[in-house]
Amino acid sequence: MTVTTQQPPPQRGTGARAADLLARVFGGGSATVFALLIVVFAAIFIVNPSFAEPPSLMAFLKQAAPLMILAIGQYFVIVSGEFDLSVGSLVGAQVVIAAALIDGEDGRTVPVILLMVGFGILVGLVNGLITTLLKVQSFITTLGMMLVLYGAIRLWTGGAPTGALSEAFRQPGRGGIDMSVVRQLPYALLILIGIIVIAVAVMRSSYGRTLMATGDNERAAGFSGVRVWRVRTLAFVISSVAATLAAILIGGYAGVTAQVGQGLEFTAITAVVLGGVVLGGGRGSVVAAMAGALTLEALFVLFNQLSMPSTIRPAVQGVIIIAAVAYAARERARPRHHQEVPTQPATQS
Amino acid sequence: MSRAVAVTGTGRTTRRRLGATELVWLALAAVVVIGAVLVALDDQNLFSIANIRDMLSRSSLLGFVAIGQTLVILCRSLDLSVGYVMALSSLIAATTMNGDPARVPLAIGAVLLVAGGIGLCNGLIVTVLKVNPFIATLGVGLIIKGYLDTEYQGPAGDVPSSFQQFGFSRIGPVPVSTLVMLLVAVAGILFLRRTRTGYHMFAVGGSADVARLSGIRTGRVLVTAHVLCSVAAGIAGLLIAARFGTGSALVYNSGYDLESIAAVVLGGTLLMGGRGGIGGTIAGVLILAVLDTVFNILAIDPFFKDVLRGTIIVAAVAIYARRQLDRRASRIRFGGDGGSGGSAPPGAPPDNAPGDPVPAGQGGAR
Repeated sequence: MTVTTQQPPPQRGTGARAADLLARVFGGGSATVFALLIVVFAAIFIVNPSFAEPPSLMAFLKQAAPLMILAIGQYFVIVSGEFDLSVGSLVGAQVVIAAALIDGEDGRTVPVILLMVGFGILVGLVNGLITTLLKVQSFITTLGMMLVLYGAIRLWTGGAPTGALSEAFRQPGRGGIDMSVVRQLPYALLILIGIIVIAVAVMRSSYGRTLMATGDNERAAGFSGVRVWRVRTLAFVISSVAATLAAILIGGYAGVTAQVGQGLEFTAITAVVLGGVVLGGGRGSVVAAMAGALTLEALFVLFNQLSMPSTIRPAVQGVIIIAAVAYAARERARPRHHQEVPTQPATQS
Repeated sequence: MSRAVAVTGTGRTTRRRLGATELVWLALAAVVVIGAVLVALDDQNLFSIANIRDMLSRSSLLGFVAIGQTLVILCRSLDLSVGYVMALSSLIAATTMNGDPARVPLAIGAVLLVAGGIGLCNGLIVTVLKVNPFIATLGVGLIIKGYLDTEYQGPAGDVPSSFQQFGFSRIGPVPVSTLVMLLVAVAGILFLRRTRTGYHMFAVGGSADVARLSGIRTGRVLVTAHVLCSVAAGIAGLLIAARFGTGSALVYNSGYDLESIAAVVLGGTLLMGGRGGIGGTIAGVLILAVLDTVFNILAIDPFFKDVLRGTIIVAAVAIYARRQLDRRASRIRFGGDGGSGGSAPPGAPPDNAPGDPVPAGQGGAR
């Protein structure tokens, strides 16, 4: 996973093409996150060289996959110019739903998962339609959804989660294919790779470009024939479905507690912004958003390796986030300066 | 705010439209009436002294935070650190006082100073380092959280009974804390309407570029807003200390950050900045307080309360949006361009006079 990001010197031919490709994949403004990722990983390897061995890397990826999937989902919403604050609650709700409905019986696993996906789509649709058709700002829509889900789930279960997950349900989150080198290839990693491939493909499809255009300038996109409401609503649905998948992995990995998912929305948004994606839309790449999530998870591992007291971790995390985003903003400010300032002087009094 | 409609609305239809603030107060009236009817059906009286007292004392704490949050949101920024500032302030207040009435002024000074300093950090990170306010204030909040978790394992300090009066004493049915909150609100309204910086806040929120080109030091305005916001959160922290009798770090779990933003938006202030005001925010805070009191009287399941609250917030904002955004559906950033270029896109809502999209610029006239 140590993706090499050092930009090759601009030679002609393959070198230049590779540089171009790297810049495109990693999205110009998001070099910071890859640099930070490498630094954090280097620090982990120095502190604990055995972490570099494939089995522990695989274990790390298994643990990091849910947040990365959440970040990918959140990316679609953010790049379209909106927020999704409901993902944390949705993850919690989905895990509780799964536990209550499966109730430990393997046979119910698949139907319940289908039901969860359906519920995720429904939540995304509601978020999206309220935001686009009723013109409620997404911050408020999804904040409301967060409260509703939080309350409704606890109301339903009477405060504490009931039931149990089935063994089959827990497989994607904790299981894997046994192999020689890496000991176990986690299913979570395979799912993650699948989702990344789909996400990159979607962003390169006409939908992805439309989404980006909508986030950049909703009005202009509307005039060019984009059905803005449809594009945005779909982004919310994608985010909710991603949250559902993340819930399946988290439920499998960590089991059911009342606190599952709490605060995840902020972590996911932080990850996306750390990846150089601009809040307000229209800028940033999905791979970088995912790298932001990976960086955060790696940071948590580093805190563990340094056996840093858990109480000061938030502080260090806060400093690093601010520093990284400030650095990225400094980088981005230069080339974009011309576009930001209107060229003609304002004629207002 | 009725003047605002008359001044901004050059079109003929606008005169009959209600301003955002009136709408919010109407919504508050509706909530009160519906709540009173529901409570009456339960054979109780919403307007009993005890219930009014309950509503008002609920509103004061959120009120302080929301007033500050309004200023920041008007500037098109955001403050997610207020919950942590409140917790920190309550601890600083309680530990500084340490049971000694003579140290109360010192504690208040220390709290305001520290809170202002945090606001200064927020503002500088946003303006100088150009970090998105969402991340900047979230990060600063995390830093404070780290400090709180490390330094304070539980409640700390001791608030002398003289200062606890701030939390408990009343004049008639009205708690002193609510009066102070209303005074701060009035001061805030005067600040926004009567001072240069207040005017500038609307301008910066409407369009930072246009504001800068018009000679406003946008950075200073934004930093001022953040400092005032944190100071307001600091006052809320003082109130917490006065009510609890000690400082408590766990306040940050109470969700005041998001709730204050919800109150501000419920009060008709646009999250995109440049439009709104403290008058509406107070109504928003009161709506939430009345809802809470009604839920309490009716003994509604606490989890169902969350469901209702979420639904009501979204529904209320949807109703405002119907009334406001149909005319002003254009994003403010586009509105600014339309004003300077004079070439409104063909599909633009026709009811605006050409100068209208700019009121954000001189919107201080409101």
